[in-house]
Amino acid sequence: MSERAAASAHQFDDAEQQHDASTLGMWVFLVTEIMFFAGMFTVYVAYRSLYPDGFAHASHHLDVLLGTINTTVLITSSLTMALAVHAAQLGRRRPLLIFLVLTMALGSTFLVIKGFEYAHKFREGLVPGPWFSYHGADAGAQQLFLSIYFAMTGVHAAHMVIGLGVLGTLVWQARRGRYGKSYYTPVELSGLYWHFVDIVWIFLFPLLYLIGRHT
Amino acid sequence: MSEHVVPVRIYFTIFTVLLVLTAVTVIVSGIDLGRMNTVVALAIAVTKAVLVILFFMHLRYSTKLTWLVVSAGFVWLSILILFTMTDVLTRGLVALTQH
Amino acid sequence: MESTQPRVHYLNADYGIRSWLFTVDHKRIALLYLGSITVMFLLGGVFAGLIRLELLTPAGDLVEADTYNKLFTMHGIVMIFFFLIPSIPAVLGNFLIPMMIGARDLAFPRLNLLSWYIYIIGALFTLWAMLIGGVDTGWTFYTPFSTMASNTNVIPTALGIFITGFSSILTGLNFIVTIHRMRAPGLTWFRLPLFVWAHYATSLIMILGTPVVAITILLVGLERAFHLGIFDPALGGDPLLFQHLFWFYSHPAVYIMILPGMGVISEVIACFSRKAIFGYSFVAISSLAIALLGFLVWAHHMFVTGMSVYAAMIFSFLSFAVAIPSAVKVFNWTATLYEGSVSFQAPMLYALGFIGLFTIGGLTGLFLATLGLDVHVTDTYFVVAHFHYIMVGGAIMSYLGGMHFWWPKITGRMYPEAWAKIAAVIVFLGFNLTFFPQFVLGYLGMPRRYHVYPAEFQVLNVMSTAGASILGIGYLLPLVYFIWSLRYGAVATANPWHATGLEWETPSPPPTENFERTPIVTQDAYAYDTQEVQVV
Repeated sequence: MSERAAASAHQFDDAEQQHDASTLGMWVFLVTEIMFFAGMFTVYVAYRSLYPDGFAHASHHLDVLLGTINTTVLITSSLTMALAVHAAQLGRRRPLLIFLVLTMALGSTFLVIKGFEYAHKFREGLVPGPWFSYHGADAGAQQLFLSIYFAMTGVHAAHMVIGLGVLGTLVWQARRGRYGKSYYTPVELSGLYWHFVDIVWIFLFPLLYLIGRHT
Repeated sequence: MSEHVVPVRIYFTIFTVLLVLTAVTVIVSGIDLGRMNTVVALAIAVTKAVLVILFFMHLRYSTKLTWLVVSAGFVWLSILILFTMTDVLTRGLVALTQH
Repeated sequence: MESTQPRVHYLNADYGIRSWLFTVDHKRIALLYLGSITVMFLLGGVFAGLIRLELLTPAGDLVEADTYNKLFTMHGIVMIFFFLIPSIPAVLGNFLIPMMIGARDLAFPRLNLLSWYIYIIGALFTLWAMLIGGVDTGWTFYTPFSTMASNTNVIPTALGIFITGFSSILTGLNFIVTIHRMRAPGLTWFRLPLFVWAHYATSLIMILGTPVVAITILLVGLERAFHLGIFDPALGGDPLLFQHLFWFYSHPAVYIMILPGMGVISEVIACFSRKAIFGYSFVAISSLAIALLGFLVWAHHMFVTGMSVYAAMIFSFLSFAVAIPSAVKVFNWTATLYEGSVSFQAPMLYALGFIGLFTIGGLTGLFLATLGLDVHVTDTYFVVAHFHYIMVGGAIMSYLGGMHFWWPKITGRMYPEAWAKIAAVIVFLGFNLTFFPQFVLGYLGMPRRYHVYPAEFQVLNVMSTAGASILGIGYLLPLVYFIWSLRYGAVATANPWHATGLEWETPSPPPTENFERTPIVTQDAYAYDTQEVQVV
């Protein structure tokens, strides 16, 4: 069987209702994800308005080049993900697999670069808490910035790891011929999730990396 | 079911625009525009996000209900931030009448 | 017209523990939740009993201050997160929503089961935290006490609540998609039972609010574990920021706890007045209005914290506004009763009690929303009385009313009506004796969360504890006779109340697939005026 027949689970009347329901469900889930990150964005906005200089200074600890590379990597992974969905829609199994694997490779690259950034922070004593190595006048505000940095990029990275797991599952299922022109919903919905994670980074990058550059 | 298949060239066009906007945001951040730096950075980020949502996530081809759902998410995000900031930004305005 | 019990229905379609633990039938999942939340309710009640015992005397002679702090913390956490928030949605909502809309199940049955497992895992974490010593921060987890100073088990408790939040989120997601996409032919939005409208609005709140408390609790846990400094005042961190994030969810959460109850009340009032709900569309839209406005008022919990007076004025004004849609419902239920053919079976007794007690609770909310008054009564027993009038006098009464109303449908048995009426009266009297004195105590100045108090407050405290004992008896009675009825109760017909609604047009208990054929809806809800049969 190269594609599942247009069947539907018992609670649905037909495949179209199932597809519509699943799609709506994923979008509603993404709204919950927006609100999950919203809490941290609120913390960011509040503290940046209270300590603009401390935040700008602390932002210098972040490597803009690595951040820009990572942004490019993620945007490219969104492209490959969109192309994967496109391939699934047209029932092309090989391109689907290739684009899924490419997306995973790009996502992994992002995480590896992030890992290097975190390791650098640990070495430089920039982790907030008892081992924070900077003791200047705005050390408090800098620690607030770095706390938010680790919290936001950490939660974002956790979402990427989950995303890689999801994509891996898609690759496994796609290899077994589960997806085709009449049924590719999991690919489509996973794409929505992946793009969402990309959008979070689109905001994190300027807000964390680019705020102190001109000072 | 008739699912809209987006032409590949649109994906590549959007991709290119996203890369250009990324370059722009990095370059502009190096120029001192005062308060406008934040405004420009956010405007570019919002534009990139809108492009991803409309085209990569197919919102442009989706139902009105989906539009409503997405809008609700961003409206609620704004409520949380804006209403919190009404407190954070106006605390210092209260003048003590006596010490 | 009378339908005999089918030989095969959802309870006997399959046997064995695996058929329950791996079920995807929304009706069985509802019963799984029923068992779990009842256990948690009893646990929360034990904590309440200990609190009231301590408060019999002015001195702190039953428990230490630290222990008392743990008691009220754990009472709040268990009752709010593990009883009130799931109660009606996870039990009655899960059971009834697919049936009320003519569907075979919810949109995502496996997600529904996952919801329950997530609830159980979260509950186990929280119970473990209690067993190893509990938490003393208050259910509100205010920083920096929770992040830096408390030496109790904040992290496991936070983890338990964080996990349980996803149960709520998945339930809300399931309900929203189901109601949008799976209504039977002819069932337009404005023909839906108000129970469904209420749960739709509740689900919106679950979706939009719960993730915020989830991230907030996560940040508290991360701060405690890894010494991140997000709420640390020494670094310039703002304790009020935690409160904003916390209350952004926790205020709408109270509407999660009351809206489903309001849905139950609409169904019960209509049935036992033999009349359509007055102003149906106003009541329907008011649920959405409560959900929306409920998100705009949270800082009324923070009036005395040092927040901006200007922001406080905005939140105060909006807090008055949010009372309006609730008032619309109360007026419309009352108008429904007027010139209705009213009968007083147990569900109706609970519904009538709800209207009175919820009104008192709601009006006292306006006292608290008034900035000047709040300075005097905030953090006193006035607040405690206010929210217990709504949560217990409102939400729990509506939960019990709903359980009685739909018990025949769920189990195929009638409960003993005489005992149910007695229990309802005991609950009503016990409740008022417990909590009305607390309004007075609060106004006189007794602070909340204290285990000692001045001697002149003892009489009112003794009244309150006496009431709590009576209330406890009132709650135990249904536990006993509901279980009794499973074996010895009268066999129920498909529609013992002659109520309108699709759930009554299928046998009691229903078959697994709910309906033999998908119904086609041609009438508005509550078409009591065109019914041929009068209730006996």
